[in-house]
Formats: sequence, C-alpha cells, structure tokens
Amino acid sequence: MNDMTPDREERSANLKGMGCSRKRVEDARFTQGKGNYVDDIKLPGMLHGDFVRSPYAHAKVVSINKDAAMALPGVVAVLTAEDLAPLNLHWMPTLAGDKQMVLADGKVLFQGQEVAFVVASDRYVAADAVELVEVEYEELPVLTDPFEALKSDVVLREDLAGQTEGAHGPRKHHNHIFTWEQGDETGTNQVLDNAEVVAEETMYYHRTHPCPLETCGSVASMDKVNGKLTLWGTFQAPHVVRTVASLLSGIEEHNIRVVSPDIGGGFGNKVGVYPGYVCSIVASIVTGKPVKWVEDRMENLMSTAFARDYWMTGKIAATKDGKITGLHCHVTADHGGFDACADPTKFPAGFMNICTGSYDIPVAYLAVDGVYTNKAPGGVSYRCSFRVTEAVYFIERMIEVLAIELDMDAAELRRINFIKKEQFPYTAALGWEYDSGDYHTAWDKALKTVDYDGLRKEQAERVEAFKRGETRKLMGVGLSFFTEIVGAGPVKNCDILGMGMFDSCEIRIHPTGSAIARLGTISQGQGHATTFAQILASEIGISADSITIEEGDTDTAPYGLGTYGSRSTPVAGAATAMAGRKIRAKAQMIAAYLLEVHDDDVEFDIDRFVVKGAPEKFKTMKEIAYAAYNQAIPGIEPGLEAVSYYDPPNMTYPFGAYVCVMDIDVDTGVPEIRRFYALDDCGTRINPMIIEGQVHGGLTEALAVALGQEIAYDKLGNVKTGTLMDFFLPTAWEVPNYETDYTVTPSPHHPIGAKGVGESPHVGGVPCFSNAVQDAFRAFGLRHTNMPHDHWRIWQAANQLGLHD
Amino acid sequence: MTDKMHIKLKVNGEDKEFLAEPRELLIYALREKLDITGPHVGCDTSHCGACTVTLNGKSVKSCTMFVAQANGAEITTIEGIGEPDALHVLQECFREHHGLQCGFCTPGMITRATKLLEENPNPTEEEVRFGMAGNICRCTGYQNIVKSILAAASEINTAKEAAQ
Repeated sequence: MNDMTPDREERSANLKGMGCSRKRVEDARFTQGKGNYVDDIKLPGMLHGDFVRSPYAHAKVVSINKDAAMALPGVVAVLTAEDLAPLNLHWMPTLAGDKQMVLADGKVLFQGQEVAFVVASDRYVAADAVELVEVEYEELPVLTDPFEALKSDVVLREDLAGQTEGAHGPRKHHNHIFTWEQGDETGTNQVLDNAEVVAEETMYYHRTHPCPLETCGSVASMDKVNGKLTLWGTFQAPHVVRTVASLLSGIEEHNIRVVSPDIGGGFGNKVGVYPGYVCSIVASIVTGKPVKWVEDRMENLMSTAFARDYWMTGKIAATKDGKITGLHCHVTADHGGFDACADPTKFPAGFMNICTGSYDIPVAYLAVDGVYTNKAPGGVSYRCSFRVTEAVYFIERMIEVLAIELDMDAAELRRINFIKKEQFPYTAALGWEYDSGDYHTAWDKALKTVDYDGLRKEQAERVEAFKRGETRKLMGVGLSFFTEIVGAGPVKNCDILGMGMFDSCEIRIHPTGSAIARLGTISQGQGHATTFAQILASEIGISADSITIEEGDTDTAPYGLGTYGSRSTPVAGAATAMAGRKIRAKAQMIAAYLLEVHDDDVEFDIDRFVVKGAPEKFKTMKEIAYAAYNQAIPGIEPGLEAVSYYDPPNMTYPFGAYVCVMDIDVDTGVPEIRRFYALDDCGTRINPMIIEGQVHGGLTEALAVALGQEIAYDKLGNVKTGTLMDFFLPTAWEVPNYETDYTVTPSPHHPIGAKGVGESPHVGGVPCFSNAVQDAFRAFGLRHTNMPHDHWRIWQAANQLGLHD
Repeated sequence: MTDKMHIKLKVNGEDKEFLAEPRELLIYALREKLDITGPHVGCDTSHCGACTVTLNGKSVKSCTMFVAQANGAEITTIEGIGEPDALHVLQECFREHHGLQCGFCTPGMITRATKLLEENPNPTEEEVRFGMAGNICRCTGYQNIVKSILAAASEINTAKEAAQ
C-alpha cells in the first residue's frame, strides 16, 4: 500500500505548476553577476571587430584606403565590400524580400552605415584602426521625408533601377517599395460617402528604437580543422540565424552551431540579421581565429532596428449616435535605405490590418505604401507583434477624434462599438479571426475601478478652475482598449524566409523523475526557464523545480522560430503542453502495466496515475519514470521522451483596458502621471508575478515612446538622438507605480488557453499615455497632436491653443 | 599607443596588478583583464549605470573612468557582494520581489543599491527612486526594483534592531 500523504492540495502546491507566482530560477546567476552575455565570451586568440561607418546619409564611396590602418600593429584585416564580393557576401537578403549591403558597395544610404570592418588584436587597436581607414565620399542629395522621396528625381537604390516589381508587387516610383492593400476599398468609400458623420485625422507615429540595455553583438569561431562554425550572438531567433548563415556562407547547416547565450533584453532589436554578424563570421573564416563584434550604444541607435515611422491617415464613418460604420486607413511607411522590416514574408506591413481594433466595424480598407529614404533600415516590432502598436495607436486615436467630432464621451463610444462576447470567434473586416474576448466585462471593470465618472467630474471642475485662473495644471484622462494579435503563427500564412512559424519542445524525463525540456525559443528576460517548467509541471506531474528548461543552442534544441511578437507562450508554450501530453500518454500505459489494470482504468491526478475509483492504488510520475528505464514492459519501448512541433491553428488575441490619469503643467509642459490602471486579459495565466512584471516593463517602454523617445534626423540625415543623453529612457524617478488587474478569457484553440502578455502593455500603453496628454487639452479645442509628447512639444501644443496668452 | 602603466587595484578584497594603457577604461580593465564580467557596458556615456561599481566607498560608473584614475583604489563589484550560499539581502530581495528580468542591469542596480542603503539606511520610496535614478532598467519599469530595495532596507534594519 502506498503512502497517501501528502494530500492533493499539498501535492498540487509542490508542483509549482500553472497559476503560481513561482520565483525565477534565472535570478540566482543574474543577481550574482554570473549571467553569460555575448560580450562576456572570451576565447583564446580572440580578435575584435569594429566598423568604419559613414558620416553621411547619402554619398558615393569614391575610394577606401586601408594602408595606414593595416600598418598599425595589431591590425589583422580590414574588410570592404570588394573583399566580400568574391564570396557574394557584400550584400545579404533581408527578412522583407529586399537585399541590404553588408559593407558599402559603391555608396551609402544612411548615416552610420557599415563601410569597412576592421579586425584587430583588441578593441582599442580596432578603434584606432577605424580612425586610420581613409574613405573618400562624394555627397549626394539626402531624402529624409518619405513624401518628398516619392516625388524626388534622386534615386536611392540604383541597384533596383528599372525594377517595377518588388517582393510585394508593383513599385510606383524608384523610391517606392510596395503598396499593400487589405479589405474592401469600394465598399468602404461608399460608406464614407454616405455616412452621417466622418472624422478624419493624420497622425505620425514617430521613428523610435527598442534599445535593449545590451546592444547587439556576436562571436564567430571557425574551427578549420573540423570545418565547424560556432556563432554566439544576440539572436532572438537562433535557429533561423543558423539557416541563414548556412545559405549565405555555403557551410552545411550541420556544421554550424548557433548559440544565443543570456540576452540583455531584445524588444525586437535582436530579430534581424545585421552586417556585424556576417562580418564576424567572414573575419573568423578569413583569419582562422574567433572574432568578436559588439556594437556600442551609438551604433545601436544609428544602425540596427528602428521601429515605427508610420504616417497614418484615417477616416472613420459613424452614425450620429456613434455606431461606427466604416474605417479607411492609409499609411506611408518610411523603411529607410533598405527594406529590412522584420515581418512574416506575406505581411510587408506586419499585422497592421488589425487596425479595426476591438470594434465591430462592418467594412474597412487599409493601404500601406513602403518608401525608401536615407535613414537606417529596420522596421522591427518594438515590444509588439508585427506593427500592432501602430495599428492600435491608429484606431485608439481615431476613436478619440470621432468622440470629439460627435461630442461624445470616448469611453461610451468605445462601449457601444465593442465586439460583443457572443460574436466570438469574430471575423474582422480586414480578415483576422479573433479567437475569444469579453471586452465589455473588462471595460466596465476598469471604469468602475478608477471611478471614471468621478474622474470626468473632477476634470470638468479643473477646467473651470483653470479658466478662473486658480490653477495652471490641466487634467487628462487617457483611455485605451486594445486587442493584440500575437503568436505567429499558422504555417499556412506565416513564415520567415520560407520557414513556417511553428515552434517546438523536446522533453526527456530522467530515470529518477526529473526532466529537461528544450525549446525553439529564447528568453531575453521573459523568464522562460521558470514559466515553461510550470506548464510542464502541470502537464506531467513533475515539480517545476525538477525540470531544467534549455533554449538557444541549435546543436541541442529542436528547431523553432524564436522569441518575438509574444509568440513564445502561444506557440512554444503550446508545443510544451503537447509534448507533455505525449509523455503523459506513455506514462499512462506504464502506470496501467505496473498497476495491472487496463490503460483506460487509470487516470492522471496531479503528480500520479491512480486507478479509477481506487485512489489508494497509484503510481507517481517518479515511479513511472524509473520503471520506464528499468523495467521491460511488453509492447512499450524503454525511455520517456517526447517532442512536439506545434503549428498553431490561429493567432491568439490578448486584450486589455487601460486608464491613465495625468496632470499637465501648462507652463512647463511637464506631465505628471497620477494614476495608471492596467487590466490585461492574456487568457490562462501561467505565473502572475511574471505577468505583472511584464506589464510594468511594457508600460514603462510605452511611457518612453509616448512621452519623449524618438530617433530624430535633421535635414542632412544626421541622427540627432544617438546617445542616451538625447534618446529618452525613463529612470526610476520618471516612472509611476502601476495598478495591474486582469480578467481571464482563455484562448479556445490553445492547449492551455494562454494568449501571451509581454507586449500587450506596450501596445495598449502608448495610446493610453498619448490619449491622456491629448485629453487634457480637449476642452480647449485640441483634436490631435503627434507624439512624442515631450515637455517642449506639450508646451507648444498649449501655446498653440492660446493657453499662455 | 602610449606606454603602459603599472596598475594596482584591490578588487573584491583581492590585490590585482597589471599593465594597462592609461586611456583604458576601468570597465574594460575589470571585464577583459581581470575577467570580472558582472559589470556591463550599456551606453558608454555614464547614463545607464550597468557598469556601476563601488570605488573607495562611492558608486562609480566604471565606463567613464580611466583605469589610470582608479590606480590604487579599492573596488567592489557585484562579484564581491554576497556568496552563492550566503547571498546579500538585496540579492535575495531582488529575486523575491521580481526586481529583475533580463539581468543585464542587475549587477549595477544591486551594487548601487548596496551603497544607497549605506548612505540612507531608511529611505522613503521617493528617496529610493531618486537614489537609483542613475541606473536604467529597460525591463521592469522599476516598480519591483523599488519594492526589492525597500524590502531589503526593512530586513537589514530589523536584523540590526534584533542584534542590538
């Protein structure tokens, strides 16, 4: 007879499975300074690479003289496009179907572009040598405005001359990349023509940058004896990097090992393939030594992975009582010198077609024009699924503008247009099938918690006091309700460079009943080692503390598409649950054999299989694991392992309701965030502590983007915000405490009902902060003003409204 | 290249001697000469604080100090704060209150926080926020970092009172 203690509740708690705020296993090494980031890697004989970069935004490269640099002791090589051309590596394919120069091939297209790669014995010698490379440039006219670029005779990309077809259809002009259309243009125009009310607005979602605290870098080590290349780097998608590295270098894929070590934040910055990675590989092949390349902060902000830069024009049609009848959106998208946007292949503007938001809009049309300019390439999803922050900002601003047009309360306008709970699964006008939602419940909970009516009353009183001259501070109530689209994605419509966007998990149970699971994703701070063990613990009845989670080494982990777009939990989390269920199925057969009953007569119970109706007869997972390796069981192979490659049937659609209360000093333009309430519905919750942490972080990145962070250029294409002096990253001093809340609407198609949460707070946060600023001035006639709302711009908005008179 | 200098430092209680160019930054001497990789480089301009160390009793951003300037100094880095089986209260509290995510800022954060609590053993939330404003975190939004430091302060004070 087995020992029946501990009881079910205790056994369940011991698992540390789904739903508990398990402390993070990663923290032991990070709090002791024992993380292993790419710049911590030090190999015998390792050389350092550094770039000569263009000071000009548009110029011909007339000549490059390496002599003085090569003469410097310690300099091993100076690579230019000429050196890479015989290997056909002077250009590389981008994720968006374009190609990008690895090193300047006759010209440069943005300030900071890579011109030559210096390889030297240490970082100081490399930096000295960079100064000694003589590059002669001939300046060309600079185009930093996409609208001007579409009219200009100046050709940015001579390499595409005469090509009227791009990767995404016809090109209308030599600086035009693509037009991407979604929805029903004729139907939408008819609705707009006949609408009782139409609100129109143009808004610029400014260029910014994910700016993780760790910049991008790589260490390449070519072992010429064994023909093996090892590449460590800041890769959000290490397996894809291996495939790309193989295709580019011609080295067979089994001879390449890509490792993402600890990553110091990604936020989209580390999805793309950068010239530095390619050059470190080439330099290692050429020199036969390991070569490290790590960009500095200025290089990071100037050259890798910008985000946003969307000029959006909207028209929204409604009835007089506020029922939305149609939506029209046009985007002019500034992609910089090369189209290197990190989107699934068939989506050149990402999932911008989620721009109908959380609202039941019968007809809609979206057109996006991509344009080349003299700015850095990138176009990554900065803490969001592909272009979803742009889409949500657009609709949440259009709702506010419509509310002004209708002279209606913006909360009520949202409420009467929400997709209703019973309409799910809901097919939106631009094609997406929303899996589940209960928007009214979330909205009502949010408004009640913050005492919305009370806030509006206080705001009205403040306006009166301001008019009477009793205060110089106005009050803004920022609202946003967002629906994200994450978890790319179904292989049928989502791929990266032809690789379907599934993900994977492989589990090995050890004889003593502990386990290791490896996934195709890679944590950059999300805490996968903690949370994926929790999913597994609940699925297979082994304590999360007895499960190691490993990611990021392509020699050991199963192939996966990586971590970005909140896809880890929706896709790899699902693979983890499915692989766990395979383990459980085999464990059931083993348990039945050990208990001498039929397979169907045992059932899973927390950490064991019990005989149905006789709970005192059971085998724990520990016992089953041991038996799997030590007992000959007829008809069952030894061992207990499983692998799952999961192709999700649909995306998941997390949503949330945010409210921000802000006081704005009209004379200084300084906003003070008095309260921020964030309700998130990410479906089933795996670890509430980690969810809350993700929400705090995402909101803070939203605060940064809305209130000051930008990559700004002057007319000559000089980056004006290339250091942390100018590029706004909030400190503890500028950030409020946030109130978090939740509802739970599980995803019906996800094995555990989870939807993903890491990016929601950013997606919902940006319009919420922006709406709060703009709402403060609504009573004085402000309709729309562009982000970022830094103090100067807020002051200017107040000034233009005559509030300083 | 100028002649190398003979540098002596006491790092985490150990005497270190090495040759370095006077222009070499302290952070690179620590990371690349002494293999002390806890302090990180995040910005190169002393804004982010990932490189924070304690130098002669003061919080210093080691990315903007030449190793020549540090010659003779006593330095504590994250590696000198707590032992694997006897963590510093701050290390415990950061874990307990989810005060870190990617971990890149954490060594600088904790190193700075140890000094902050020496400078002000009983800080208010506002004082913690102000005292930590030289250290940037991109992941946590600071709320849990502040919580971790306040919790550590409270634990340290309780332990002190108990000892008295």
